[in-house]
Amino acid sequence: MTTLPETPTVKLGLVIDLDTCVGCHACAVNCKSWNTGGYGVPLSDQSAYGADPSGSWLNRIHTFEVTPEDGKAQLVHFPKSCLHCDDAPCVTVCPTGASFKRSEDGIVLVNEDHCMGCGLCAWACPYGARELDADAGVMKKCTLCVDRIYNENLPEEDREPACVRACPSRARHFGDLADPESDVSKLVAERGGMDLMPGQGTAPVNKYLPPRPRRDTEGTFTSSSLPASAPAGRESSAPVGGILGWLDRALETLE
Amino acid sequence: MAASPDHPVELSPTVSDEVRKTTCYMCACRCGVDVHMRDGKVRYLQGNRDHPVNKGVLCAKGSAGIMQHYSPARLKKPLKRVGERGSGQFVEIEWEEALQTAVDWLKPVRSDDPSKLAFFTGRDQSQSLTSWWAQQYGTPNYAAHGGFCSVNMAAAGIYTMGGAFWEFGSPDWDLTEYFMIFGVAEDHDSNPIKTGLGKLKARGAKIVAVNPVRTGYNAIADEWVGITPGTDGLFVLALVQELIRAGKVDLDYLMRYTNAAHLVIQNPGAENHGLFARDSEGNCQIADRTNGSVHHANSIDIKAALTGEFDLPEGGKAVPVFSLMAEQYSSDTYHPDTVAEQCGIPADTIRRIAAEIAEAAFEREVVIEQPWTDHLGRKHDRMIGRPVSFHGMRGISAHANGFQTCRAIHLLQILLGSVEVPGGFRFKPPYPKPVEAHPVPHTDCAPDTPLGGPHLGFVRGPEHLQINDDGSARRIDKAFTWDAPMSAHGMMHMVISNAAAGDPYPVDVLFMYMANMAWNSSMNTTDVIEMLTRKRADGEYQIPKIIYSDSYSSEMVSFADLILPDTTYLERHDCISLLDRPISEPDCAADAIRWPVVEPDRDVRGFQSVLIDLGARLGLPGFVDANGEAVWKDYADYMVNHQRRPGVGPLAGWRGEDESGEGRGEPNPKQLEKYIENGGFYAAHIPDEARYFKPWNSAYQDWAVGIGLFDTPQPYTFQLYVEPLRKFQLAAEGHGERQPPEHLRERVRDCFAPLPIWYPPFEGEMVDTGEYPLHAITQRPAAMYHSWGSQNAWLRQIHGENALYVPAEVCDDVGLQSGDWAWVTSHSGRIKAPVVRMEAVNGKTLWTWNAIGKRRGAWALEEGSPESERGFLLNHLIDELLPSKGGHRVANSDPITGQAAWFDLRVKIEKAEPGDEVSEPRAASQASPVGTGPDTVRYGEEWI
Repeated sequence: MTTLPETPTVKLGLVIDLDTCVGCHACAVNCKSWNTGGYGVPLSDQSAYGADPSGSWLNRIHTFEVTPEDGKAQLVHFPKSCLHCDDAPCVTVCPTGASFKRSEDGIVLVNEDHCMGCGLCAWACPYGARELDADAGVMKKCTLCVDRIYNENLPEEDREPACVRACPSRARHFGDLADPESDVSKLVAERGGMDLMPGQGTAPVNKYLPPRPRRDTEGTFTSSSLPASAPAGRESSAPVGGILGWLDRALETLE
Repeated sequence: MAASPDHPVELSPTVSDEVRKTTCYMCACRCGVDVHMRDGKVRYLQGNRDHPVNKGVLCAKGSAGIMQHYSPARLKKPLKRVGERGSGQFVEIEWEEALQTAVDWLKPVRSDDPSKLAFFTGRDQSQSLTSWWAQQYGTPNYAAHGGFCSVNMAAAGIYTMGGAFWEFGSPDWDLTEYFMIFGVAEDHDSNPIKTGLGKLKARGAKIVAVNPVRTGYNAIADEWVGITPGTDGLFVLALVQELIRAGKVDLDYLMRYTNAAHLVIQNPGAENHGLFARDSEGNCQIADRTNGSVHHANSIDIKAALTGEFDLPEGGKAVPVFSLMAEQYSSDTYHPDTVAEQCGIPADTIRRIAAEIAEAAFEREVVIEQPWTDHLGRKHDRMIGRPVSFHGMRGISAHANGFQTCRAIHLLQILLGSVEVPGGFRFKPPYPKPVEAHPVPHTDCAPDTPLGGPHLGFVRGPEHLQINDDGSARRIDKAFTWDAPMSAHGMMHMVISNAAAGDPYPVDVLFMYMANMAWNSSMNTTDVIEMLTRKRADGEYQIPKIIYSDSYSSEMVSFADLILPDTTYLERHDCISLLDRPISEPDCAADAIRWPVVEPDRDVRGFQSVLIDLGARLGLPGFVDANGEAVWKDYADYMVNHQRRPGVGPLAGWRGEDESGEGRGEPNPKQLEKYIENGGFYAAHIPDEARYFKPWNSAYQDWAVGIGLFDTPQPYTFQLYVEPLRKFQLAAEGHGERQPPEHLRERVRDCFAPLPIWYPPFEGEMVDTGEYPLHAITQRPAAMYHSWGSQNAWLRQIHGENALYVPAEVCDDVGLQSGDWAWVTSHSGRIKAPVVRMEAVNGKTLWTWNAIGKRRGAWALEEGSPESERGFLLNHLIDELLPSKGGHRVANSDPITGQAAWFDLRVKIEKAEPGDEVSEPRAASQASPVGTGPDTVRYGEEWI
C-alpha cells in the first residue's frame, strides 16, 4: 500500500560486531533513555512495578548458546533492532502510509500521526523488530536516532545513534553502507559482514559481523608446550637441581 | 533526490535546557555522566566523553539512571518503626525528631562504652569521612563491605606488590598481547573492562577467560577455561611450575624489583626460621654469588645470588627466596598432570597456556623509547615491557583459599616481569603503595575519646592483632583475631550474627548505611532475619537499636528502628577522593564529585551531611570547634574545607588561593564550582617518564609527593615471599607470646605459607562431597548491581527473575530439563528454583544471577512480582559458619583475611514435583512504607 523510495544513495545503518558484544544491554537501555523522551510517544512500561513487567523497546539483546561439534559451548549475544531494509515489507504492508522509508538516508520510520496501531507491519517484519506500544497503541521501532544524527543542538561528535554512543565495548558502528569507502562498509568487507536472514529478500541495510573463530588452540600463538630449559619433569626425580643449574647459567648472561 | 514530503521529521528537536555533569552511582564504577535536564527533569543520561573512567560510554545500569532517580521505592521522610521488626510498619517523623533520637541513642553509648556502637557502611563511597567519624566517636567497630566482597584480592595484592588487580590497577589495554581474566564479576569496573576488551579485539590480542561460567566477558574470549570453582590457585601454580621449569621468568626484573634474592634464614625449629636475614638496621640482605659475601639488599654493584646457601655474618645460614620458590613449585603437587582433573582443565591445555604466556612475554617484548631513572639512581635508556596482563576479582576472592590464590596470580604476573611495564599490569594512583605506607589497625577504645588511629589496616605480625589478653576479640566482627588475622577490610558479614550472639560482646546500637544485610548481602538470610528479630527474656531485641540509612525501601529498612532517608545519586554531594577510592587511571590521578543536579522533592538528606550533623550534635572532636559549634554546614562544606594533613584534603583539584594547587594547597572556596565547570572531576596527568615502573621510578615518586599522595618518596620491593605470613606461621609453630588457640593452630600453620600455596576450600573438606557433589555460585549480571536495580522499571524487565543454570550432564543425570523446578540442598539449607539447562558451564557447577530474588513488599514492588515469586537467592544455602569440628564452629571465611567464602558452597540437586512454581523458602512479606508504583510508566510524555 505504501511505496518504497528508489534505492537511496545514502543508506544509513548499523554494523554490529557479534565477536565483541558481551551482551551487557547498554545499547538497549540507553536507546530507551534517549527515545522515551524523543521521537513520538514515550516507550511506555506496563506493570512497571508489578507482577508482569513489560514495555516497549526499540532494541533488545538475545542470547543464544551454541555448541559446535568440535569445540566448547559458547554464548552469542545478539542485539536486535530494525535493520532499515531496502525492501522493507513493513512499509509496503502499511495500510495508512504511516510506515515509510526516507529517501534521503533510507531510515525506516513510523509517522505516529498516521499510525492506527493495526500491527500489520510488525506481522510483516520477519525480524520481530517492531513493537506496538501498549499504552499509546502506535507502532514503535528503531529510528536510527534520526533526532540525534542531524541534531544541531548536539555537538557534532554526538550526532550518532544513542546505542553506538553508549556501547562500552565498541561493538556497534554507524555509517553509510551505500558508500563503499565508508568505515562501516570497509568493516563489513574485512570481516565478512552478513545480512540477517537473507532468504527473506528484505535486503537489510544493517549488517552483523560474525564471531571470529575462537583461537583456543590455533591462532597467533604457535607454542603448544614449553621446552625444558632445565632437565625437569615428573620422571626426573631431582628437578630442583636442574632448575638451579639453568639459573646459574642464565644469571651469567644478565650482567 | 526528493525528501519524504508527506512525513516531516523534526531533525533538530530541543534536547535539553542544560547539561549537568556528575558521577554515576548505579554501581561502583563511578563513571562520568552528562545529565541532560529539561524543564527541571532528567531528559537523558549519557557518558561523559572527557571522563577518565568511561570516556563517553555508559552501561545499561548507568543508562537506566532516570528510573532509579524517579523510583517509587525512594524513601520520602525519616521513619520510626511502630510494628515488629521486619513488618515494615513505620510512621513518618520530622528530621529533628530523627536526629534527636539518634543522639539520644548514641551519646550515652559514647560516654559509657563506645564499642557498644557497631557502625558499618556497606557500599559506601565516602569511607574517608565515615571512618573518620567512627574514629572520632571512638568505637572500634567500623568497616565497610570489603570483607564480604573482595578483600582477598585487595589484601593479597597489597601485601605482594603494593596494589591489586581490581580497582587499584588495570591491564595496559593498548599494548598487551595476552590477557587472562579470572573470575570477574560483570558489574565491576565494567565499562573500563568492556572498553579494554573491545581494544584487544580490535588489535587481535588473545583473551583467555578463566571462569566456571561462560557469560559476558567470558563469552567473547578467544579461549574459555571452564575451571572448577576454588581450584584457580592450583591451575596458576601449575603455570608457574611450567614457566620456572622452562626458565621463562624475568630474572633481571626479579632481582631488581622483588625480594627474589633476599636471604631467608634457615634455622629449622627456631624462632627466626623463615624470617628475612636483616642487618643491624633491619635491612634485608642479599648474597654476592661470586664470593658468598652478604650485603644490603639495595646494593647494586654486586652479583646477587638466587640460589645457594650462605653464611650470615651474625651466624647461621640463609637461602635466597628464589631458591625456596624453585623448590616449592617444582613439587608434583603443582604438576599439570596432577592438577588437571581437580581443576577440570586438561594438562595439555595448561602446558599450552604456559607456553603461550611465555611466547607473549619473552618473544613479543614491547619497547617504549623513553629514558627513566630508578630509585637507586640507575639510568635506563628505554622502557621494556612484557605484554602479558591479568585481571581477577570476586570469583577468585570469595573462597577460603582466595587470599593465597590471589597471591598466586600476582606472583605469576611478577615472575613474568610484567607488572608496571609496557603491555603488562599498571597501577592507578594512589597505588603503587607499599604495606609500610598503610596504617595498622586500632581498637584502643575509651569513653568520650577518639580512637587512637584508623580502625582498619595491614598487620605486620601477631603483635598487631586486636585481641585482649585472654585472646578475645576487641572488635564485634572479630577482625584482626586469630580467626582472620589479616582482615584488612573488616568482616561486616559477621556483625549481625556476632551481635545477636553477644559474642565477643553485645552491642547497644547497630548503625548501618547502604548494605542490604537483611537480605542479599548476608549469608544465611533466613537465620539473619531471625537474629535481627531475636528478643531477650525481657522482651527487648537482642540487638536493641538499629539505625539504617538508605535511599530506597530495601529489605534492611524493614528491620531497622530508625530510618534516615538518603537522597538519590543525582541529588547529593559526594567526593570520590584520593584519600579513599578515587577514579584514577594508570596515566592520571583523578578524583570526582557528585553534586545536586536535581533538588530533592522529598524530605530526605544526603547521609554524609546527616553524619556531619550528628557528629556536631554529639560534640565529636573535629566536628565542633572550641565553642562547641558545628565546624561544617554540610558535606559540601567538608569536601572543600576539611584538611586531613596540612594542605591535603578530600579533593585534589584547584587547591589554594590561585586555584593552581594539584593535590596540595589551602582550601579554595570555589573548588566545587571548578569541579562542576570541568565536568565533575579532576585529573592530574602523569609525566611521560613517570608512566611505567612507578614503584621504582624516581620521576613518578617525585610526582606522587608533589601532588600529596605521599609526603616522602615510597619506593619498595615486591614481596614474592611475605614475611608477615611467616610470622603468624611461627606463632602457630609455638614461637612468641601471642599464640593461636589450639583449634586454629593447625590451620594457621598450614594456610599462612609465605609463598603462595593452594589448599582445598574448607566447606568441600568438611561436608560429604559424595552427598554434595556439586558447586553452586552466582554471577553478577552486567545490567543489575546487587539489589539496587530491582525497583528500576527498565532493568527489572531484563533481570526481574533468575533461573538456576544447570550443566547439561547434571540435567541428564538427574532427569531435569529447562522449565522444571528443582530443590537444591546444602549442608545448612534448601531452596527451590526454576531450572534452565546450559552447556557453557563447568560440568560440576550450578549458577544463577546474584541478588535478583526479593522479599515480598520490599522495593515498592507489588504482590506477585516475579522477583519474589520466581526469583531466588543462593544465600539461604550458605552458612556464615562452617560445620562443627572438634566442638568449634569457625567462620565460613578465608582463614587469613576473613573474606566471606561465598563460592565454596557445595550442594546437591533433585527434581521438584510439579507444584505452584513459586521459589522457596518463602519469606514473610513486609509492608511498604512508600506504597507501590504506578502501573504504567510513560516517561517523557511531557516532551512529545
